[in-house]
Amino acid sequence: MSGGPAVPLKLRESPAFKIALSLSIATGLYGVSFGALSVASGFDFWQTMVLSLLLFSGGSQFAFIGVVAGGGSGVAAMTASALLGLRNGIYGMQINAMLRPRGWRRYISAHVTIDESTATASGQSNADEQRRGFWTAGIGIFILWNIFTAIGALAGDAMGDPKQWGLDGAAVAAFLALLWPRLKGREPWAIAAACALATILAVPFVPSGVPILVAALVAGVIGWFSHARMDEGLEPDVDPYAEKRDHPHGHNRGAKRGAE
Amino acid sequence: MNLWLWILIACALAYLTKLVGYFVPAKLLQSPRIMHIAGTMTIGLLGSLTVVNALASGQGLVLDARIGALAAAAVALWLRAPFLVVVISGAAAAALLRLLGWG
Repeated sequence: MSGGPAVPLKLRESPAFKIALSLSIATGLYGVSFGALSVASGFDFWQTMVLSLLLFSGGSQFAFIGVVAGGGSGVAAMTASALLGLRNGIYGMQINAMLRPRGWRRYISAHVTIDESTATASGQSNADEQRRGFWTAGIGIFILWNIFTAIGALAGDAMGDPKQWGLDGAAVAAFLALLWPRLKGREPWAIAAACALATILAVPFVPSGVPILVAALVAGVIGWFSHARMDEGLEPDVDPYAEKRDHPHGHNRGAKRGAE
Repeated sequence: MNLWLWILIACALAYLTKLVGYFVPAKLLQSPRIMHIAGTMTIGLLGSLTVVNALASGQGLVLDARIGALAAAAVALWLRAPFLVVVISGAAAAALLRLLGWG
């Protein structure tokens, strides 16, 4: 397919395949928390499933239901979700440079271009391994994420009062967990703190959901005027290679350089 | 019905954003400024969503069981717990505090 590698690797022996598989299971599992939270936020089963099937980007999905759960409007939810998904456009560019998918494959690979599949591919240096890693993580997570979203949505429906189970606390924890891996260094902390402060100051004065957009504006202005390292926050929020990584932060930079 | 509309628009925008990376010449997107904004936007929005979900109640700010969830999640993350464990810690902390009659 891709120039015929000299050593055809069995799939089970491919490091990228193994890493992608375990990442798929770990990521897919927390689809349960999305499904349960979505139903607790007032979305019905099919709205929840459409978000997982078609929107398919964890952070944006949590943002959408989080804004609505806080009483925000559909427009505010849509805007927050779209802005949070901007990084996927950059990931798309990196994967396109790395794998050069052609024809209909482009349209499918675009849909599964997310933090996890990008991270898996970027961590490999061999083109075939990059391809295996990207597709295994992308398709694997898509399937498991949707199965576990459905399980979570059905379970959430049966649970009754979501507050009694602390599901609003689960949402807080989920957002912090999505943010945490991106807080490497001083600048990300400063951006997060500034945006959190802007949000708190805006809450009493504007309708629900809008404080998040105020924070997005602050983040955009910071991004426009600061000239710090250019990929702050853009490393995918997972590091599948954390265990055997010898050169810290090595994997993703290399991929970016290769794309230039 | 209205909510359905915004869900579908959000889905379309999410897909188009991903697709843009595949069809727009890399030179356009690789401007340091655009890449930097995409990064700061991600961090800023997640920071904002965290505090809104922890503190906001309509247009008011309240300290309730959710602040316990935030603390529990931070501890779990600091101990390098996986995502699902972090989420469950947050839920358990909030549920426990309510059981004890706070928030």
